[in-house]
Amino acid sequence: MGEVIVVTSGKGGVGKTTAAANLGTALALNEHRVVLLDADIGLRNLDVVMGLENRIVFDLIDVSTGVCRLKQALIRDKRFNEHLFLLPAAQTRDKTAVTPEQMKAITDEIKADYDYILVDSPAGIEQGFRNAIAGADRAIVVTTPEVSAVRDADRIIGLLEASEMTEVQLLINRIRPGMVKRGDMMDIDDIIDILAVDLIGAVPEDDRMLVATNRGEPTVLDGMSRSGRAFRNIARRIVGEQVPLMPLEAETGFMARVRHMFGFGS
Amino acid sequence: MFDLLGKVFRRDEAPSKEIAKERLRLVLVHDRATVSPQFLETIKEEVIGVITEYMEIDHTGVEVSIHSLDKSVALVASIPIKRMKRTAKAV
Ligand SMILES: Nc1ncnc2c1ncn2[C@@H]1O[C@H](COP(=O)(O)OP(=O)(O)O)[C@@H](O)[C@H]1O
Ligand SMILES: [Mg+2]
Repeated sequence: MGEVIVVTSGKGGVGKTTAAANLGTALALNEHRVVLLDADIGLRNLDVVMGLENRIVFDLIDVSTGVCRLKQALIRDKRFNEHLFLLPAAQTRDKTAVTPEQMKAITDEIKADYDYILVDSPAGIEQGFRNAIAGADRAIVVTTPEVSAVRDADRIIGLLEASEMTEVQLLINRIRPGMVKRGDMMDIDDIIDILAVDLIGAVPEDDRMLVATNRGEPTVLDGMSRSGRAFRNIARRIVGEQVPLMPLEAETGFMARVRHMFGFGS
Repeated sequence: MFDLLGKVFRRDEAPSKEIAKERLRLVLVHDRATVSPQFLETIKEEVIGVITEYMEIDHTGVEVSIHSLDKSVALVASIPIKRMKRTAKAV
């Protein structure tokens, strides 16, 4: 029996889709069988981030309304053999086109055959959020180190607790080590202290992210990307490994550049 | 105007993350207290329970609310007293 993990946030644009794509890919690289489920109905994005947008035939609503069977709608990502699949969101419908009960039925069906189902949630606290969490066993709440994003994360954590989600962990995205050092950005400890929640990991701001999304290849596939490395670590923590937090400060100097050149990351 | 200029040219300001943390602390006190109407209602019931041991109050007129002040947040309760119990003097 697999595990359903919803990736959610209060504020939009903090990195849910990025996190779902990267964590799913990293889990697949480690030979887990993964389904990425795009629950952001009407604003689907996971397909383009994964570079699978040209392969879509059926979507989530086709499955929930019985137009097709689940297996027909799952798009296999050929880069990862039988390990990574995408269930795309419908683009022409809205969030009310599916109910929490239907969502739970779909994730329950997927769970029987796969190890991890990562649900990419829409932002906010409305029905789209209710749908995304309906079948989830645990939640990863994404925030950035900004006042508004942290505030909204607090609200989401409250709602998850109220809906009896017991395992809720925070992912802090887009940290800029230079700004943290200057005291102009809250650090991991500040945010964890304020939200009183468990941390699953922190991901630095990364210029290579844009290159990755241009190509439709998550940064976990990029040996030079620092966000990719952070996401690979988080994927290992998801399966229960103890992985120390990586230093967010980029290594500089000659040896670091040499290591980068030979693809050893940093 | 001069105040604004002062801000533009200010150099020795505190690291902005300290300001962010303080603002978050206050806004979350307010958010968490007001997000559920049930929360303040529960506090109100319990406050009424405690106060009625010492005085007779007008239950229907009790108001409990959260107020944001400049640099703090306060829980404000307004409790109309009908009559004081004599035993209150002994407390
Ligand atoms: N660590 C990061 N470094 C740089 N850019 C990032 C990072 N994480 C996310 N982004 C960018 O931020 C934007 C919003 O991310 P996205 O995952 O779509 O957010 P959400 O799904 O929460 O709305 C995207 O353009 C994405 O490439
Ligand atoms: Mg998204």
